Amino acid sequence: MAAENITIAESEPPKIALWNDPQARALFFQIIVLGGLIFCGGFIVNNTMENLARQGIASGFGFLKTTAGFAIGYSPFLEYSEENTYFRALVVGLLNTILVAGIGVFFATVIGFIVGVARLSNNWLIAKIALVYIEILRNIPLLLQIFVWYFGVLRSLPGPSQSASVADSIFINNRGMFAPKPVFEDGFSVIVIAFLVAVFAIIFLKKWAKNRQDETGRIFPVFWASFGMLIAFPLLAATVTKFPMIWEPTALKGFNFHGGMEIPPELVALTLALSTYTAAFIAEIVRAGITSVNKGQTEASYALGLRPGPTLRLVIIPQALRVIIPPLTSQYLNLTKNSSLAAAIAYPDIVLVFGGTVLMQTGQAIEIISIIMGFYLLVSLLISMFMNWYNSKMALVER
Amino acid sequence: MKKTVTAFAAVAAAALVSTSLVAPASAGPVLDKVTGKGFVQCGVSQGVPGFSNPDTSGNWSGVDVDVCRAVAAALFGDATKVKYTPLSSKERFTALQSGEIDMLSRNTTWTLVRDTALGLNFAGVNYYDGQGFMVRKSLGVKSALELDGASVCTNLGTTTELNLSDYFRANGMKFKGVFFEKADEVIAAYDAGRCDVYTTDQSALAAQRTKLKNPSEHMVLPEIISKEPLGPVVSHGDDQWFDIVKWSLNVMIEAEEYGITSKNIDELKATSKNPAIRRMLAVEGDTGKNLGLGKNWSYNIIKQVGNYGESFARNLGPTTKINLPRGLNQLWSKGGIMYAPPVR
Repeated sequence: MAAENITIAESEPPKIALWNDPQARALFFQIIVLGGLIFCGGFIVNNTMENLARQGIASGFGFLKTTAGFAIGYSPFLEYSEENTYFRALVVGLLNTILVAGIGVFFATVIGFIVGVARLSNNWLIAKIALVYIEILRNIPLLLQIFVWYFGVLRSLPGPSQSASVADSIFINNRGMFAPKPVFEDGFSVIVIAFLVAVFAIIFLKKWAKNRQDETGRIFPVFWASFGMLIAFPLLAATVTKFPMIWEPTALKGFNFHGGMEIPPELVALTLALSTYTAAFIAEIVRAGITSVNKGQTEASYALGLRPGPTLRLVIIPQALRVIIPPLTSQYLNLTKNSSLAAAIAYPDIVLVFGGTVLMQTGQAIEIISIIMGFYLLVSLLISMFMNWYNSKMALVER
Repeated sequence: MKKTVTAFAAVAAAALVSTSLVAPASAGPVLDKVTGKGFVQCGVSQGVPGFSNPDTSGNWSGVDVDVCRAVAAALFGDATKVKYTPLSSKERFTALQSGEIDMLSRNTTWTLVRDTALGLNFAGVNYYDGQGFMVRKSLGVKSALELDGASVCTNLGTTTELNLSDYFRANGMKFKGVFFEKADEVIAAYDAGRCDVYTTDQSALAAQRTKLKNPSEHMVLPEIISKEPLGPVVSHGDDQWFDIVKWSLNVMIEAEEYGITSKNIDELKATSKNPAIRRMLAVEGDTGKNLGLGKNWSYNIIKQVGNYGESFARNLGPTTKINLPRGLNQLWSKGGIMYAPPVR
């Protein structure tokens, strides 16, 4: 920049033809490419609309307000019946997808971390078991694993009348798992408030403990204190309000269990398959992250007098996380998108309910597929956003 | 700079390719396409014995497959000029709308919405069906009205799914639906005990029952809860193609009415004095001209595929594992409702 300024100041800038000016040329081509893209996009949209109109296929989003008329097998969060609209069916499918993805991400992370650390264990047997787990699970197509879990589990379970039961209140059979459901009565809000108070107290305690450690060097057992508060506060509130909660029991009536909470085998098989499969990949990511931390870090930490536990927690893991988080995000995204395989085993996720039944009934493939694509895009972007935020918090702070 | 130029070239190429993809708006795009490539691309099921099912060497057979073969025989004089696309119930209409297949012959129920909003035309009925229920004998259920609270397995995206909801609602009963995309998974889940009830069209119940581990442990309940007229489907926009499919099916039904079979057709052609038979076999007049087909179109169908009764007996009759009675699908003149408009 500086050199350029000098030459300009001393002599008349040489005249450059417009087509030889790199900036003008770059601008020109960018405009052409952009124009081409807009033309292509517009052309595709226009062509589609014309073809739809010519074949007399209905279009538009008005169908969302129409009565659905079909049943959905599992809707744990939202009341749904045949009289509801397609839009409500969409929401039910959407929530079911989020449910399976949420549970899947949680278990995949837990299993993945355990297996990843086990893979690095000095114990030969544990390391080899982790190795076998990873190599088997990540090298078999996910759809096959889902079928194995689903039909394997289904066939081995008894029918409803011969259910296996735990204390005569939780029942397991080939229709799923049935358990009593907690029903909250008046006064339950006190317990919720007590819980929130505990959470705020913990945040405050953590700050105080950190300040005290900085000033005096004494360590306060924050974890155990927090744990105790989380249990004690709500328990105290419950005792004062005389436990405002009853359990709605589940019982066999006719063909099936009614009342209480239901976990269908489709959900179990799908979350099992998704989390064990993704865990194999996460395990490798965790192993890569941990081995990326220089051995000198451990040695330096020991030299400072830290024991192995705090070394792992305070020195190794924070540095490993920087390597782990970005690929971990991709795995979460994969898991969420893989949950669309639910359709194969009748778990009513968005693809099965909306991309299956609703699509068949209305025939409006373009609108429905766009809604589904939009939904997955939104969920994926939200996950990335959260993980990027977490990543920037964990990233190396350079001084 | 080089990158930009390459990108531009790619865009231009894409634009050119998509221009050539514009569907021509002239009459008869499907027929043009079919005659151009020399075979009919026919959408069928992923395997329903008796309707459309591949054998171990990959040859398809069934009453639905016979409609595809009849169209090929009428067009090309050769019933083997068909390629089959197995489709799930979910995929079938999109495949037809997008032109991936030329016709759909896949136990598909004729309804108003499908005939209109989906941009399709039903070219007649080749099987009159109704929805039924299958249960385990050990349940001790005698009627569908005793099924309150049961778990029910079926295919998603079918009229079956809707009839099921309607029937239970109308009778004040509840059920837990488990809906699969593929018929094979429905039957596997039912066999594994996931559901008390398996519901679909009665013909398909009979066919799918043969796939169960122990078919004799199961029974079909007496109730038929819906009308399911199944037939071949084409998409809007090519009336001539629609006519060809429609009349290929009609010829099969009318041939049975006049007693023309693949065995006696040559003899009848030479000796018959019946003007209807003589017209149909193109001894008198030329019906093919009106359809834009060769003179022997109907002869080829009956000679190579057989009449409707022959097709039914071969695929669903007493000599097969499925063994369905003709019932409603008997000719109108013999107590059924199978009826074709006159071929003249």
